[in-house]
Amino acid sequence: MTSILPLELRGLGYSAGGRRLLSGVTVPLRAGMRTIVLGPNGAGKSLLLRLCHGLIQPTEGGLRWSGGLDEAALRRRQAMVFQRPVLLRRSALGNIRYVLSLRGVARRLRQGMAEEALDRFGLGELARRPARVLSGGERQRLALARAWAVRPEVLFLDEPTSALDPAATLAVEIAVHDFHANGTKIVMTTHDLGQARRLADEVLFLSRGRLVEHGPAAEFFQAPATAQARAFLAGELMC
Amino acid sequence: MFDLAAAFSSAIALIAGLDAELFAIVRLSLGVSLAAVAIAAVIGLPLGAFLALARFPGREVVLVALNALMGLPPVVVGLAVYVLLSRAGPLGSFGLLFTPGAMVVAQAVLVTPIIAALGRQAVADLWEEYGEQLRSLGAPRRRVIGTLLWDGRHSLITVLLAGFGRAAAEVGAVMIVGGNIKGLTRTMTTAISLETSKGDLAMALGLGMILLAVVAAVNGAAFAAGAWARRVSG
Amino acid sequence: MTLRLILLLCALLASPAGATDRFIVLASTTSTEQSGLFGHILPMFELDTGIAVRVVAVGTGQALKIGMQGDADALLVHDRVGEDRFIADGHGADRRDVMHNDFVLIGPAADPAKVAGLTDAAEALRRIAAAKAPFASRGDDSGTHRSELRLWKAAGVDPKAAEGGWYRELGSGMGSTLNTAAGLDAYALADRATWASFRNRQSLALLVQGDKAMTNPYGGILVSRARNPEDARLWHDWLTGPRGKAAIAGFRIDGEQVFFP
Repeated sequence: MTSILPLELRGLGYSAGGRRLLSGVTVPLRAGMRTIVLGPNGAGKSLLLRLCHGLIQPTEGGLRWSGGLDEAALRRRQAMVFQRPVLLRRSALGNIRYVLSLRGVARRLRQGMAEEALDRFGLGELARRPARVLSGGERQRLALARAWAVRPEVLFLDEPTSALDPAATLAVEIAVHDFHANGTKIVMTTHDLGQARRLADEVLFLSRGRLVEHGPAAEFFQAPATAQARAFLAGELMC
Repeated sequence: MFDLAAAFSSAIALIAGLDAELFAIVRLSLGVSLAAVAIAAVIGLPLGAFLALARFPGREVVLVALNALMGLPPVVVGLAVYVLLSRAGPLGSFGLLFTPGAMVVAQAVLVTPIIAALGRQAVADLWEEYGEQLRSLGAPRRRVIGTLLWDGRHSLITVLLAGFGRAAAEVGAVMIVGGNIKGLTRTMTTAISLETSKGDLAMALGLGMILLAVVAAVNGAAFAAGAWARRVSG
Repeated sequence: MTLRLILLLCALLASPAGATDRFIVLASTTSTEQSGLFGHILPMFELDTGIAVRVVAVGTGQALKIGMQGDADALLVHDRVGEDRFIADGHGADRRDVMHNDFVLIGPAADPAKVAGLTDAAEALRRIAAAKAPFASRGDDSGTHRSELRLWKAAGVDPKAAEGGWYRELGSGMGSTLNTAAGLDAYALADRATWASFRNRQSLALLVQGDKAMTNPYGGILVSRARNPEDARLWHDWLTGPRGKAAIAGFRIDGEQVFFP
């Protein structure tokens, strides 16, 4: 199976209502590395993820996946975990079986795969519970299990822990680590600098809709090249 | 002179007497209206969901028209269905006129726009919440419609109840296409209309109270079922 | 295709128990239905012949239209002029006199036009017009309404041209018109059967009766496009035969005979 990576962003931008929310982002996203997107509120981090995932169409520039697959096939190779996951009004198990059926997995295989995914994220006991009555941490784990079940080549995570307590946050970080260890490309936004330090292999730093810095995580955190990044890391308010 | 107490005692006497005719009338009213709502749901819910999701030229016109159709006068629907089902009409060969089947058809026509329009709104609201996630999961249009209808079931039950209320309460359409035939097509509402024109206002109001109780019972049952489902499936 | 399926489904779903039994559809007037006459005679007919009669009770004008469309097998109506035209136009055949009763003039017991006890309908209407007392007209082109207009004509009064708003055209059935008359303390022309079975009289009373011009003959007609002409003819023969006549004559409202075969 040919890889869809790297993903090449070329002059990627998006405007709405006469405002340029993102512009001129040119960067390759390569396999293997965990890419963490950082930046102050309103920098365009979530927008960048949505453009990459194909939820929004760019208004300038473009992006190109490798492998020459069509849109539907590309979508099947990706998954996204949102800040507040939308879970369907059915059991935890049912949520995972649903996405497996969307991926064309044979009915008789779905049950086993879904149970395996739930067990992996410590949700085996809750399989029959209605997904919508789970706690915030459990819900996010279920969203991760749902992504796990489809074995994505790329996983986008948009502020997955911003609404969670420390224990649940740790569970998500372990999950991200597991995905990575299994060869899934991670592209994640966070505003938690500690988390970024723990997880990042490379950093994209956005400010005011522009890609300001791009480089290995160690370099970025030790010696940021720009004043904006330095100020951000120092915790200054930016506007 | 006539007063509410007399109406109330009429209603009590009818119920207490376990009147077989009353029982048959209540059963027919319920059967016809529920069947009409079932048909309207099968047509209206997918239509409403489609309109909530689809973007095509002239969509606004369709939506305005659909909302306007919610105000269809029952008499007009009755007349149109009468003309269609009359033996001289295009669908006359089915022999449905002046049968409960004709009443089901007329009420289904009356209720479908209500269920489609209100259902569209409910599905559109849900799409606001689900849209990104379902697109991220790669759900095709048909699956999206099914998923939204299923996940919106709690609010859609209310939509169906609104349709049922409209069907159970209307008299104009069933009067024309059913003919208010005693023992065959006499419903609660046509019976009320008949008693009113006989000047037996106490009986008419008594029947009205029973109709209200029946509709309330259906709503109560739906509410209880919904509460149970919510507890089980969240 | 889908439509046909749905219709078939409705037909199945809605078939009442014993729908295969023989039945005819009779389009008739509200007065015969509301008075309870059918409730009295139809069980006898069904017992004699095994044929159920499904009565669609509407105004005479609408009953004739239903017959024209072939949606009824037989008619029982009361508008001689309309009936004759129906036959002449080929919509029906074999019109027979079935029974008659009479119209009565109803009005408030206080009787502002002083018509109580008169036996001359024309004189009574003239007095109502002169007093500009409220009059509730059916105004629905029914048999009763057409008779009322003939009575006005005989009285030499054109109520629609009259001033003062005392003449109200309601466009309603007999019962609704009486309900309105009760509320307005208005005079109204009613058939005796509906009046006899009417419950919401309030201060209304029967004031004028007995004028020859107020007879109300009911005619039975076989519909040309009937779905079930054989059974309709059985009904027709029964109704105008000795069994039917006896059944009609035996019907009473509060001890009063209101239909005369």
